[in-house]
Amino acid sequence: MTSVREWIYSGRHAVSERWHHAPRWMRWAVIAAVIVFFYALPNREFYQWLGPIPTTGSNFGQVLFTISIYVLLAVGLNIVVGFAGLLDLGYFGFFAVGAYTVAVLTSPSSDLKTLWPWLLALPVALVLTMISGVMLGTPTLRLRGDYLAIVTLGFAEMIRVAATSSEFLKGQRGFNQIPHPPGSYADGKPIFGVLDPRPYYWLVLTLIILVVIGVRNLNRSRVGRAWISIREDEDAAQLMGVPTFKFKLWAFASGAFIGGLAGALFAGKQNFVSSQNLELLNSIIILAAVILGGSGNIVGAIVGGGLVAYMIERFRGIELLGIQLYEYRFMFFGLVLVVMMIFRPQGLIPNRRRAAEFKDRRKEVIVGG
Amino acid sequence: MDFNALFSDFGGYTITGLTVGAIYALVALGYTLVYGVLRLINFAHSEVFIAGAFAAIWGWAAFGLDRDSVVSGFGSIMLYLLVGALIAAVASAGTATVIERVAYRPLRKRNAPPLAFLITAIGASIAIAEAFGIYTRRLPVGAPTVVKNDVLFTVFGADVTAVQLLVIGSALAMMVALDLFINRSRVGRGIRAVAQDQNTAALMGINKDRIILIVFIIGGAMAGVAGMLYDIRIGTLTYSVGFLLGLKAFTAAVLGGIGNLRGALIGGLLLGLVENYASALFGANWKDLVAFVVLVVLLMFRPTGLLGESLGRARA
Repeated sequence: MTSVREWIYSGRHAVSERWHHAPRWMRWAVIAAVIVFFYALPNREFYQWLGPIPTTGSNFGQVLFTISIYVLLAVGLNIVVGFAGLLDLGYFGFFAVGAYTVAVLTSPSSDLKTLWPWLLALPVALVLTMISGVMLGTPTLRLRGDYLAIVTLGFAEMIRVAATSSEFLKGQRGFNQIPHPPGSYADGKPIFGVLDPRPYYWLVLTLIILVVIGVRNLNRSRVGRAWISIREDEDAAQLMGVPTFKFKLWAFASGAFIGGLAGALFAGKQNFVSSQNLELLNSIIILAAVILGGSGNIVGAIVGGGLVAYMIERFRGIELLGIQLYEYRFMFFGLVLVVMMIFRPQGLIPNRRRAAEFKDRRKEVIVGG
Repeated sequence: MDFNALFSDFGGYTITGLTVGAIYALVALGYTLVYGVLRLINFAHSEVFIAGAFAAIWGWAAFGLDRDSVVSGFGSIMLYLLVGALIAAVASAGTATVIERVAYRPLRKRNAPPLAFLITAIGASIAIAEAFGIYTRRLPVGAPTVVKNDVLFTVFGADVTAVQLLVIGSALAMMVALDLFINRSRVGRGIRAVAQDQNTAALMGINKDRIILIVFIIGGAMAGVAGMLYDIRIGTLTYSVGFLLGLKAFTAAVLGGIGNLRGALIGGLLLGLVENYASALFGANWKDLVAFVVLVVLLMFRPTGLLGESLGRARA
């Protein structure tokens, strides 16, 4: 057991050593190859060679779109949970704000009858989600972390109740005929149609790359250093002159922005938004994704989001020993959270500094433990 | 805003509010006890409640009561109530113990950061709720009519039914018993000591792990009885009701001052009342929002709650 563990550990160590010592051009080449691979992935000519990886039960392009949305959400939540160390249990609420803003502004079934194009509604949706993040954060971010968790959970629930009960938000009937993103091929056919999910996937993938570049730069700036200091010791950070409240609000707003972006993209693809999209457990799944991948690490969040969303889709329609695996998905992710926190709190691909924080705390003496 | 609806049956709304509030208060006790001792929001407490509620129904079923049976006669009603309460309390306390042992204790040993506790708690909560959901095929389960909902007497023009009397009465009785236990007994003194300062209490020879386990068991038993009372009041049980009820009970605990036992009672009853009055004013659809609005407003203006946080101080 130990030897296997050591072997895995040393193997991983060697990989990360090699990665960090590789010449710059080689690292870029690997990243480029990975990106090209994911752009090529939804084409049948490509994925038919991949054996059992493509899903059998459903359209693989559609599955990839769902996965990419989850990855985007995981990258966004990683800012809040991983970088700033704020536990947000209602992250999906921001997704809902984004999706509903687009729906209300563009759909013919909305009471506003504005019928805006998708591209015009997008910036409004992003601004509104950021505002909702600030509005939620202002009263709660001054409080202790565990209260924040409960209030964010309540926020997501509030959005769900509002969406279900209010006349304006249409409840379960929802909004239909939400327009697609603009653009057409040379022969006049629209790029973003109903039948082919691949352009949407490519769009989200491109946005993920842009968002990751932005988040990475943000994390390496003064803002990112402030987040890390808040996560490690908020009181110490405050004493050192870091305006903690301001930067916590920043983390919240940036996370909300990305959540809203994912929601707007989802609405543009799906044409239809209703309160049935707003399962509370979605927030938990995204949290599980970030924790599983390694909170505080962007690559970890991407891998976690991709893995979790892929597993959910892979479970669909599979029967093992007479049980429907898909039915067990939420239970499985609940257990993943427990097991990960006990055995590997730093996640699959840990952030080095975060892993050191966990290790450091273990050394502190506990009396009577 | 429909003030007529509220004032035409003000007494009725008050009684209903107190009944709902009594159940919140019983569940809130579990949050408050664990928080007072461990400074931990036991997020999985809602599933401790659900375990008790299911155990009571299945326990009654084992004694031959199905969803259509109606119990009559004072003696047999009392007997079934006792049996149901006992089974529910044992099941809930057992669930709470398992959660403590499996999810929290390993983390405590490693001195994990507070967020880690919260995340395991959520994981455990989802896993247990889903296990019940899968087992019951996500369908509501009907409870037998152990207590008939007859009107017993009238106060200020409001009818008081047997069920309402039972819920409020037993909740109050359990609260008083718990308050005495914490303030007067030897174990209660140990609980207060650990709540004040874990390390010092451990150095004074108190078995900290045992106290923590006892706290989980007491909180669990209370939640179990609350689960049985919920069955009797509502008549059906769905695996997913625990989440919202847990959120409200937590709000009640914060409202009264988390870590404060009497605060949990006051917070629970108050939240029940506010919620019912609000549902009369704004419509039943918006009822569930009230708890959340109360929570946010409260945290903004008085985060320590009405009575303050104080399991550790002598007046628990």
